[in-house]
Amino acid sequence: MWRFLMTVIRRDLLLAARRKGDWLTAQFFFIMVVSMFPLGIGADPEQLRRVAGGVLWVAALLASLLSLARLYADDHRDGSLEQMLLSPQPTVLLALGKAIAHWLIFGLPLLLIAPLLGMQFALPLEAILVLVASLAIGTPVLSLLGGIGAALTLGLRGGGTLLTLLILPLYVPALIFGAGAVDGVLAGMGAEAQLSLLGAFMGMSLLIAPWVTAAALRVSVD
Amino acid sequence: MNLYHYAAPAAFYGLAGRLIPWFAWGAALFAAAGLYISFFVAPTDFQQGEAYRIIFIHVPAAWMSMFIYMVMAFWCAIGLAFNTRLSFLMARALAPTGALFCFLALWTGALWGKPMWGAWWVWDARLTSELILLFLYVGIMALWAAIDDPKRGDRAGALLILVGAINVPIIYFSVKWWNTLHQGSSINLMQAPSMAATMLIGMLVMAIAAWLYTIAVALVRARGLVLARERHTEWVQKIIKEA
Amino acid sequence: MQLSTHDLACQRGDRRLFSGLEVCVRAGQLLLVQGGNGRGKTSFLRLLSGLGEPEAGEVRWNGVSIASAGEDYQQAMAYLAHANGVKDDLTPVENVQVQAGLRGQRVSCAEIEPVLVRMGLAACLDLPARVLSFGQRRRVALASLLLSGAALWILDEPLTGLDVRGVAEVEGLLREHVQGGGMVVMTTHQSLQLQGVEIVPLQIGPVMLGQMSLPTDVAERG
Repeated sequence: MWRFLMTVIRRDLLLAARRKGDWLTAQFFFIMVVSMFPLGIGADPEQLRRVAGGVLWVAALLASLLSLARLYADDHRDGSLEQMLLSPQPTVLLALGKAIAHWLIFGLPLLLIAPLLGMQFALPLEAILVLVASLAIGTPVLSLLGGIGAALTLGLRGGGTLLTLLILPLYVPALIFGAGAVDGVLAGMGAEAQLSLLGAFMGMSLLIAPWVTAAALRVSVD
Repeated sequence: MNLYHYAAPAAFYGLAGRLIPWFAWGAALFAAAGLYISFFVAPTDFQQGEAYRIIFIHVPAAWMSMFIYMVMAFWCAIGLAFNTRLSFLMARALAPTGALFCFLALWTGALWGKPMWGAWWVWDARLTSELILLFLYVGIMALWAAIDDPKRGDRAGALLILVGAINVPIIYFSVKWWNTLHQGSSINLMQAPSMAATMLIGMLVMAIAAWLYTIAVALVRARGLVLARERHTEWVQKIIKEA
Repeated sequence: MQLSTHDLACQRGDRRLFSGLEVCVRAGQLLLVQGGNGRGKTSFLRLLSGLGEPEAGEVRWNGVSIASAGEDYQQAMAYLAHANGVKDDLTPVENVQVQAGLRGQRVSCAEIEPVLVRMGLAACLDLPARVLSFGQRRRVALASLLLSGAALWILDEPLTGLDVRGVAEVEGLLREHVQGGGMVVMTTHQSLQLQGVEIVPLQIGPVMLGQMSLPTDVAERG
């Protein structure tokens, strides 16, 4: 069981390492979307600070959708998804492993980029730390819930766009708590409440999403 | 009466056909009564004037939009658990009506917001939740539209609806939380001071009308879906020949 | 050891591909599924593998429905689909290793290489599968199949893309496997040279009219 999970994760990391261009796209998309905002709304530091949490979080949601579209699509196309589904190991573990691998490839680098972008948005150090903490707790939610959408839209025409329609509404709590944490600390109210709620949401996603993703994969491959 | 009997498509088709007129007429009667109460019986609100009367549409529509989503989730759970195809059809038949009520709730909310808040749209917790619910409905219908294979469509849609149903309370909570943080207090439609008993009755009668309408329309749609799905079977061929 | 179907029916969209299919394969037999294009051969194999869900009836492994046999069945079965399930960015060795890991097995390079060499891939062990021809990728998939140690092979057109020598090698593998007490279910449009192998032919289609050599084992209804 453990070996299966590790194989799934290691396999995806290996594939990502062989194709660096693929996953860097999502990171650069994140950076670019965030950088567009000062150009659009003006460079007043006060204003930037106010919108920073929301902008970074919305950009993270969009970037995750960009990378999730391919989470299962490539494996579906070359037939390896079928092989994975036929494994004697439970499909839930496959879904969990894929989500973990996606987070390592997509979410983790985001945590490293976010402080730099936070500085561009004139965030104080304290708020940057909370921003990183909120992304650390919140981005796994994006990988987990997004996996459901990726599995449901497998092999459909316009799957990527459809994925956005299905999954963005489900992301709402993560966005509110995540961006709210940054706002909370800026307003001097602390961010513990938001971060704990975000943590609870993450825990729930972790419990439910792999099962639903597994069921969705079975439905989509049938 | 055996319930299992009516889970068979042909029996359902016949039963639904007989029931639809009753629900449709019921809806018309209750709507007429409800509109009469809301326009002529309910008193003018001393704070909000006549404009408040939109709540007789707004509130039942908002109720129905949420309730229909839960009913869809119920049918999907039944369908996935017992593999009953008719359950999925019921979910499919209900979705457009749910989205319609969502849209109505948003529209009437905007109409009510203009005189109350001086703006067509305010990021009030209720309206925002309603908007996200509309997004969920749109997503589900888009997924159904994108999947050609009926079996896969049924199941994929059901999974999405169930995930949404788990998520909806969290979304409501989070939006409410967000709202109190960012907006402070705002006038709330439901907290109209001293809601007269007649207002409540008016809303309930309108809600019943909306209910009956939903059932009637969903049955009509479900009948259509049953015919389309079963178009190669003998009983459908017979209906076609007779028509 | 036996694989049997009971009153099996399959539907694709509006079309009923077959119904009332009853067939049984035992150790030491090869079930050769025949029928023209679009008759449902692939769908039948997918039902056997457990990827597809039958419209009616069930597939049984040793008398137990494969849905309940679950892991036992998946452990004993290997499925080679149209798509090879070979990742373009991995080398043949890595591909086979990942496949084994997904089955929960661990195999070393020392075990893998001789099999790949036997499959005629000695020259391309370190090349990414991207540069291999279709036939060579098919061979990688066949090597995975060999190493899986599965008793039941389900093969969908295993000979496509193989050259004359490759076909002969696969015939050798099949003979070896079946005569060693294994089972094979396969489709092919090519004629096979399988002297000494007990072949159960199955003609698939809307009306099951077939030439059955083993009336006790293979019953069929229209």
